[in-house]
Amino acid sequence: MAEPVLRVENIRRLFDVSKPWLERVVAREKPQFLRAVDEVSFEIRPGETFALVGESGSGKSTVAKMVVGLLPPSSGSVHFSASMGGGKVRPGAIQMIFQDPYASLNPRWRIRDIIAEPMAALNHPADPAARAARVADLLTLVGLSPLDGEKYPHQFSGGQRQRVAIARALSSEPQFLVCDEPTSALDVSVQAQILNLMRDLQERLGLTYLFISHNLAVVRHMAHRIGVMYLGRLVEVQETEALFAAPRHPYTRLLIDAVPDLEQIGRDRIPVQGEVPSPINPPSGCTFHPRCPLATEICTREVPAFDGSVACHVAQDTMMAGQAMP
Amino acid sequence: MMAADETAMDPVLSVRNLSLEFVTRRGVLRALNEISFDIARGEVLGVVGESGAGKSLTGTAIIGLIDKPGRLSGGEIWLKGQRIDNIGHDGLRKIRGRRIGMIFQDPLTSLNPLFRVGDQIAETILTHMPVSKAEARARALALLTEVGIPAPENRIDAYPHEFSGGMRQRVVIALALAAEPDLIIADEPTTALDVSVQAQIITLLKRLCRTRGTSVMLITHDMGVIAETADRVAVMYAGRIVEIGPVADVIRHPKHPYASGLMGAIPALGAKVQRLTQISGAMPRLNAIPPGCAFRPRCMQAIGKCAEAVPPLVRVGATSARCWLHEEQDERSAAHG
Repeated sequence: MAEPVLRVENIRRLFDVSKPWLERVVAREKPQFLRAVDEVSFEIRPGETFALVGESGSGKSTVAKMVVGLLPPSSGSVHFSASMGGGKVRPGAIQMIFQDPYASLNPRWRIRDIIAEPMAALNHPADPAARAARVADLLTLVGLSPLDGEKYPHQFSGGQRQRVAIARALSSEPQFLVCDEPTSALDVSVQAQILNLMRDLQERLGLTYLFISHNLAVVRHMAHRIGVMYLGRLVEVQETEALFAAPRHPYTRLLIDAVPDLEQIGRDRIPVQGEVPSPINPPSGCTFHPRCPLATEICTREVPAFDGSVACHVAQDTMMAGQAMP
Repeated sequence: MMAADETAMDPVLSVRNLSLEFVTRRGVLRALNEISFDIARGEVLGVVGESGAGKSLTGTAIIGLIDKPGRLSGGEIWLKGQRIDNIGHDGLRKIRGRRIGMIFQDPLTSLNPLFRVGDQIAETILTHMPVSKAEARARALALLTEVGIPAPENRIDAYPHEFSGGMRQRVVIALALAAEPDLIIADEPTTALDVSVQAQIITLLKRLCRTRGTSVMLITHDMGVIAETADRVAVMYAGRIVEIGPVADVIRHPKHPYASGLMGAIPALGAKVQRLTQISGAMPRLNAIPPGCAFRPRCMQAIGKCAEAVPPLVRVGATSARCWLHEEQDERSAAHG
């Protein structure tokens, strides 16, 4: 098997959410921290799409920011393979696509300048004419016309803007793309266009994706492997088909079962109760135990260790793994 | 428009040829165009479409909350045999909350942050029903219990910010049900919530409306939610209903090319497909709706007639679709028969 492009080891990120210093000293309170990400480890292989799914507040976007270096981890490490420059990654080898194409494009710049910006910043290619030619190629690649380069972002619809954002990300010839909810702001018919485009580009350019989404159906369509996050921890990592066929962590089951699906016309179900607790004061032991239908006494005391595919006291029992969804 | 609905004999809500315009400096924009549908007692009608299709406007037009420069330019709205589109501000006040309840997307903005939730529910009850204050409070408590707020006797005096998102939406549902309305208009009631909470809220809404016989107009962009909740579904595109029918038929055998494209574009949990169906382009803006069928520029099956005239809503099997292709087929089969 090829060497992983990215290896994330035990990254953790705390945010200081204490009251202002003076207030805290007067009230004799300790500083308070929010554990956005806690001991997350995973690998991404070349040419693969690895997805992180979870509900709001699960820490998936914080992981994405730490991977691209927008946020330093509080502890742990992020390694890229030698093919990307190892310790010091080649500039432009990692790019990001953001959720909201209405916010991620500068409204006062022409599309051609937006797309050429990474090339200008890296001075590669140095020749402006070569850059202009590449902008035209990129626009064609993402399904727009080279003539669109003269326009401004407001002249485009949401889906077209996301195509521009993708063209910009590709302009520095990256190997690795971090996509943070790239289609969540788009309507379904447009979402399908962007998802298809991203898969085509992956095949043509051999890209590796870290794909962040809250939408399980989208993730299933896009990803080769999936990591499920809950309250800052990775609770399960599996190949996509295996995850949907035999989810091992009770939270993964809950999530799959909760998604309304076109196939389930008029189904009645018994949803799992409760909501995601506050990450400032998470439950003891396994943070999922208050909502877990299978929780036992040990779950309230000890944090389950991540064994490479699942972090759960109960799922360790082999009977669980084979048991199909009810 | 006969084919719009023939199933409901005595509908709770009946909308006929409703049109809505916005008068702007650059001309009149038609946001809704000849919308017709019925909702029977206890029925859940899903309204689905992309942003800008007019689904939320349809809901707000029914309860008369259209602001200037918007105006109804035609059509009628009937609630249990009473016409409500021309009864004026005071008439509508007696209907909103009492006979039509509303649930909006963001539960935080639909509750007043300065009042206790119990008082907000009791206020609605007192406004619309001849009961004492103590009786109203008792009913508020019963409602909170019914929507599944844990320890409601303690929570009735809490403020909205003390509730989580899912619990707040439960309070909003209690509020919408407070005066025992005939119809609830739910506009994206679960869009702001996480999936596990969304499943709870959908189950709750379904159970309550089933036991009380309340009709629901469920507006959402999520076809999955519609599939699980609705009895019938109306698919909207560029201000018109392009297909309406029983939910299973529209999802499994959509007749309008837009509806079938939409179904193929949704990634499914069940079976993995190599490629999602793609509808090229995007929905036109209101000021650039093409003549004839508004979907024609994106349609793979467009014929000459599509550019000439807007197709009528015609019955095709179990559903009704606004598409010339089916008219052609009807004629052909008629000629053969």
